[in-house]
Amino acid sequence: MKNYLLKCEINGEKFEGLIDPNMRLIDFLRDEIGLKGTKEGCGEGECGACMVLLDGRAVNSCLVMAFSVSGKEIITIEGIDKTKYGKKLKKSFKKNAAVQCGFCTPGFIITAAAFLEEKPDATEEEIKEALSGNICRCTGYDMIIKAVNEAKK
Amino acid sequence: MSRKKENKLSFVGKGIERVDADIKLEGKALYGDDLDFAKMLYGVCLRSPYPKARIKKIDFSEAQKDPDFVKLITAKDIPGSNKWPVVNDDYPFLAWDIAEFHSQAVAILVAKNRFKANELSKKVKIEYEELDFIDDIHKSITKKENIFSSYVIKKGDAFNEIKKCKYVIEKEFTTNYQVHCYLEPQVATGVFATDGTLAVYSSTQCPFYVLDAVCAITGLSSNKVKIIQTVTGGGFGGKEDVPALVGAHAALASFITKSPVRICYDREEDFRSMSKRHPSYSKVTYGADENGKLKCCIVKYILDAGAYSTLSPIVLWRGTVHAAGPYSIDNVYVESYAVKTNKVPCGAFRGFGQPQISFAQESLIDDLAEKIGMDPIDFRLKNIIDKNKLTSTSQKIKDSIGLKELIEIVRKKSDWDKRKNLKPSANNKRRGLGCSIAYYGVGLGAKGRYLDRAGAYINIYRDATVNITVGNTEMGQGALTVLTQIAAETLNCPINNIKLDEVDTSKVPDSGPTVASRTTVMSGNAIIEAAKPLRERIFKTALKMLGSKDMIAKDGYFISGSKKIFFNEVIKQCWAERLKMSEQGWYVSPPTTYDLKDGKGDAYIVYSYSANIADVEVDIETGFLEVKKIYSAFDVGKVVNPVLALGQAHGGILQGMSWAVYENLVIEKGVMKNPGFTDYIVATSCDIPEYDVSFVEKDYSEGPYKAKGMGELPLIAVAGAVRNAVKNACGVEMDSVPMIPEKILKKMGRI
Ligand code: FES
Ligand code: FES
Repeated sequence: MKNYLLKCEINGEKFEGLIDPNMRLIDFLRDEIGLKGTKEGCGEGECGACMVLLDGRAVNSCLVMAFSVSGKEIITIEGIDKTKYGKKLKKSFKKNAAVQCGFCTPGFIITAAAFLEEKPDATEEEIKEALSGNICRCTGYDMIIKAVNEAKK
Repeated sequence: MSRKKENKLSFVGKGIERVDADIKLEGKALYGDDLDFAKMLYGVCLRSPYPKARIKKIDFSEAQKDPDFVKLITAKDIPGSNKWPVVNDDYPFLAWDIAEFHSQAVAILVAKNRFKANELSKKVKIEYEELDFIDDIHKSITKKENIFSSYVIKKGDAFNEIKKCKYVIEKEFTTNYQVHCYLEPQVATGVFATDGTLAVYSSTQCPFYVLDAVCAITGLSSNKVKIIQTVTGGGFGGKEDVPALVGAHAALASFITKSPVRICYDREEDFRSMSKRHPSYSKVTYGADENGKLKCCIVKYILDAGAYSTLSPIVLWRGTVHAAGPYSIDNVYVESYAVKTNKVPCGAFRGFGQPQISFAQESLIDDLAEKIGMDPIDFRLKNIIDKNKLTSTSQKIKDSIGLKELIEIVRKKSDWDKRKNLKPSANNKRRGLGCSIAYYGVGLGAKGRYLDRAGAYINIYRDATVNITVGNTEMGQGALTVLTQIAAETLNCPINNIKLDEVDTSKVPDSGPTVASRTTVMSGNAIIEAAKPLRERIFKTALKMLGSKDMIAKDGYFISGSKKIFFNEVIKQCWAERLKMSEQGWYVSPPTTYDLKDGKGDAYIVYSYSANIADVEVDIETGFLEVKKIYSAFDVGKVVNPVLALGQAHGGILQGMSWAVYENLVIEKGVMKNPGFTDYIVATSCDIPEYDVSFVEKDYSEGPYKAKGMGELPLIAVAGAVRNAVKNACGVEMDSVPMIPEKILKKMGRI
């Protein structure tokens, strides 16, 4: 039942409306708002494909209830250009061939965007560590790590 | 007419950026669950909770009371056939009397939204009678009816020869399942239209397999059904056959309810019910003479097929053909079996029956070299196939064999000769190097030759943009980009003018499956076939426009002396002259042969090769195995896109390493214990080795711009190299994949 009044900001736009309080954030974003860039790979917090920024922090949107984002600011892959590293990350992912099937890609970009803001001078080891909550089954990670490393410059 | 010299290629051989990178980076690519249809319903499968059970009664009266309930579909509602067409057609779309494995689909519940579908599915009561089941291949194989398929290779007289060999070695090996873990779970949407046609949107490697299944289950003819591939989030073989099952379920539900129906698996359902890499058992014997020449090989190879045969007969065949390894041996005897158990049916996974037997046979080759007292690399070099020697199926490979060079490259790069005898360090950590090699028959081979054809359609618009339709799919491996490069090269057309679409079965002839590393060769050649007459017309027109007899075609320009015209201008002129600007191409693979009686024949059109050296560290206190670095060299013919090829190499190597070291699916008494990423561990960014990848480009004369196939090769022999490195590091001879710490400690006698 849609009986919870949610107010939040999504990719810079205000949202105000009734939602089902049993809804997860990922379903709210995908099904209610129509932002399909956020992906569901596991639904249990293990793959990172569903990452979004919540007040600048990367979270697994499959583990967050939609009502709990009340008053917060959400950024999804569709709004990533609004972050400091968004555009740079996209560019270097492309250049470094860090995208194959692409299903993991939005999650990696979100994770990396939050991490680089927190640690703009991260070492490659720290980048590896920071990305370890995101699964990519295609690339072997090396090109993703390089892409993130390059985007910080 | 002057032609470009082959060594001056404009697009092929360049590290061009992926053509689909932008939409994927922006989150705009439309994967299977991203499409919206008006009034879409959601289906969910009800699945058997027992390894084997008789279905007694289905009671959905409780669920039916809910206003969001739409329909419960069982086998008896199927208007067409309840046999999924794969190889032996033994797998019913919906179990109707007996369910043969835990999580087999028994019914489909359709509801108005996905949450209700899940909720209501829990309210359906299905009464079962539990039946005795088999979960062990060694028990199962004793009954003839449990053997789905079996092959034999007889070359020379291995059993007689083995008695004469100075050095003989024999060991048993086992390997566990591997779960594909493509990041996008299985998903399909059936959209039945009022005009009686049915479209199915499917995340798949093989749209034509989905087509066959949808026609079978609905009874509709092929021309009333179309399968449209959605952007596919990884495949690795896991979206070869099984998307046909998912697609058929969605199609059936849509056909019956007359509404669009989506079926989208969650990860647990995907783990429990979708195909896997087969667990295996093998017993391998090699014999060599006093000079270190391999004289004979005897293999017994058994795959645990699961409850239905699905692709097992052809997975087993590939494994059988490659079982003796890339060596020239005069006496070979291989017998192989795919055996039924009441577990999830196994099928295609990158390497297709080869990685399991490669692990066994490359381990044993190393152990034999040690027994003889030879360096494992020298021993391999002495015995590898080359163009004057015959494979185990007595095939003479005429073309493109880079194996020797590959071995020399990894030997040199890893500093093998100096490092292989490193003294153990004082602490618990032991470092070691291990080698493995592999060959891979490109394409479907003799067993699947009737499917080894592909079509392409090229249409050049008046604005000089080009639309290309092919029948093979992009699943992340880079097919769209590589095929775009091949088309651009042949037409001398700028990359950005070209758009290749995801497959739609109504627009292109059945091009077989996108498997067996065949897409570059098959669809690439089909594109060249279609492009050739267009090229003729375009080039002739350009010469006329230049007023010259000679020109250079390069990067989309046609140049003669100081005159230079662009592709778009030439196309404009072609249209002005009313030249035909669309063509269809069709490519059929060169002949292959295979005699089932003794396993003789030219099994594959050509082979790709790999050589690998793993550098590992084993902690002898904890058994923890860390793969530090992998040196791999590949001969895949001409490398069409070196950047994408490197990506395939990294991805394949890591999947191979992850299988060898971490991935451990547990099935106890027919029930999966770790169906998800929480307890089934795959390699993450923190676990990767350093990759050192090289390519040797041995031209394949039949290949498009001399290319062979690439996708599966990097994975195949990784486990063998890691195992041999573990032996080199700490002396233990592992015989089982995955090489988890417990097993290593056990072998060391520490637990
Ligand atoms: S879908 Fe949220 S972590 Fe996998
Ligand atoms: S690109 Fe496919 S999962 Fe990362």
